[in-house]
Amino acid sequence: MELTRRLILAAGAAGLALSTTLPATAQEKTAKIGIAIPAATHGWTGGLNFHTERTIKAMEAAFPQLEFVLTTAGDVQTQVNNVEDLIAQQIDALVILPMESDPLTEPVKAAKDRGIFITAVDRGLSEDGVEDLYVGGNNPQYGVVAAEYFKGKFPAGGKVVVMRGIPTAIDNIRIDAFQETLEGSGIEILDMQYANWNPDKAFELMQDYLTRFPEIDGVWAGDDDAALGARAAIEQAGRQEGMVLLGGSGMNRVIKMIMDGDTLIDADIFYPPTLIAPAIEVTAMRYATQSPIRGRYVLDSPLITKENAEEFYFPDSPY
Amino acid sequence: MIRNSLSRMGPLLALILLFLAGSLLSPTFLTSENLLNVVTRSSVIGIISVGATFVITARGLDLSVGAMAALVAGLSILCMNAMLPTLGAMGALFAGLALALVFGGAAGMANGALVVWGRIDAFIVTLGTMGIMRSLITWMSDGGSISLDFALRGVGRPLYYGTVLGVPVPVLIFAALAILGEIAMTRLRFGRHVIAIGSNAEVARHSAIRVARVRIATYAFQGLCVGLATLIYIPRLGAVTPSTGMLWELEAIAAVIIGGTALAGGYGRVWGTVAGVLILGLVANILNLTSFVSPHLNGAFQGAIIVIAVFLQRRSTPF
Repeated sequence: MELTRRLILAAGAAGLALSTTLPATAQEKTAKIGIAIPAATHGWTGGLNFHTERTIKAMEAAFPQLEFVLTTAGDVQTQVNNVEDLIAQQIDALVILPMESDPLTEPVKAAKDRGIFITAVDRGLSEDGVEDLYVGGNNPQYGVVAAEYFKGKFPAGGKVVVMRGIPTAIDNIRIDAFQETLEGSGIEILDMQYANWNPDKAFELMQDYLTRFPEIDGVWAGDDDAALGARAAIEQAGRQEGMVLLGGSGMNRVIKMIMDGDTLIDADIFYPPTLIAPAIEVTAMRYATQSPIRGRYVLDSPLITKENAEEFYFPDSPY
Repeated sequence: MIRNSLSRMGPLLALILLFLAGSLLSPTFLTSENLLNVVTRSSVIGIISVGATFVITARGLDLSVGAMAALVAGLSILCMNAMLPTLGAMGALFAGLALALVFGGAAGMANGALVVWGRIDAFIVTLGTMGIMRSLITWMSDGGSISLDFALRGVGRPLYYGTVLGVPVPVLIFAALAILGEIAMTRLRFGRHVIAIGSNAEVARHSAIRVARVRIATYAFQGLCVGLATLIYIPRLGAVTPSTGMLWELEAIAAVIIGGTALAGGYGRVWGTVAGVLILGLVANILNLTSFVSPHLNGAFQGAIIVIAVFLQRRSTPF
């Protein structure tokens, strides 16, 4: 299934490359949009790549006069190179999800100096005014929603353990908002350790939390990959009874569990890899229908429960 | 003489010190549940490290084991899922497990052939195959995860979670392999040849040892060990992601060197590797069980323990 999709895409890309080398065969291209995103190295970025390819295909079908160039990078330096290569290909607009803000600021500024329209996704750049358009998730809200969830579950207080992600600014923002919101609620955070949003690390960390703390009411794994690892450890210890487990970011396997009425994981926080879709779409509109839109779009991170899970469910996505 | 025997016992000494530290710092450290958790989850790295002991003793190196584990696990899961309708759950599981050994052995054989027949440095060969295999698993999973069919999970579960006379199955497999490895290294001709090649390949060749064949055999054995490790890894979480096995190669090499095997080859001991694996597992466990240090410093602690463990036995390796 995946293979065929990949093959079709590769064939499509080859066809695209071919058509650009032939002078004006069918439709004259009026704008070229370069896209620079992280490679699919873990679940969330896998979803990001899926939705990027999906959106490009839809946009190309709707507006054949637009051309899209997609690049992915496994590390910061490769992404810098990708941006430079895109500039060399005479793009009109750049949609970028910076792997890290600081090192990408200069290369993106160089693109802007060439008159390229800049759309930053998920993470801004380190200097104000570089991006013309910003589409991002709401990281403080991510932590607040998690805290509110536990407050709702344990109105009289309770004991929770927290798994942090990969040590990054995003993780800090989420965790700070989480702690702030829990203040005075009577909910005690027993410990917070890094599980790197990774199922294996989360499994081992959860085993240790379970041996260390005889009483745990709630677990915030911070991410759905980690939540699935934690879940295996909780089941192994037979401690599911009366425990709640919350992940985050909306992996389709977890959303399916919520739809099916899982007792341990009954909610999720949406931090959508779909945020790339509006970023590409709004940028494309600028050239397709001449809509001069600038500014900041901040997408909500709502709580996903059994009632609204259907809306967030993408069964074909790898994440 | 006393100094010498003391340093030979370095890894055991470090292990005992860790036990003392653990039991002083955490009341739950010495519970059988905790210790079984640590030994069980260390088995995956442990099994890989037994193979690495032979490769390193023969003055080789395999950096690809982590990526290989992920790829072998991914391929076997795909095969198991595909065979499920025709062979049934039990049949598909066993066929898949057998295939994991075949895939692992073949990948190891390829590494060995490139190093020995291709006359390329082991570091470069396995750095290359590491990149290839890591990219393949990322591509196959589209950046998301490859999951075992739910019908197979129930059948496969005992391979990680099951016990025989109270001893977890992964520990039994690890122990059996370690004992066989220790016998092979100290009593069998294969082990003596591996040591001879590691100390001086030229002399070994003149002593009528089939150097090429033995060296390739060490890489093939390493691949088999990786296959064996995936057998217990797959049923644990039932899924493989592109981050599976990340940095396992460094953990395995660290365990081997902590155990007293010479990185320059010519001297190896499997029991030391077992101690090394347990040291690494216990350090991580103790850090999780206590709020002794900031989680930001966990890596520094692990690094320090590695250096101390090797320092304790710095004269034990003959040069």
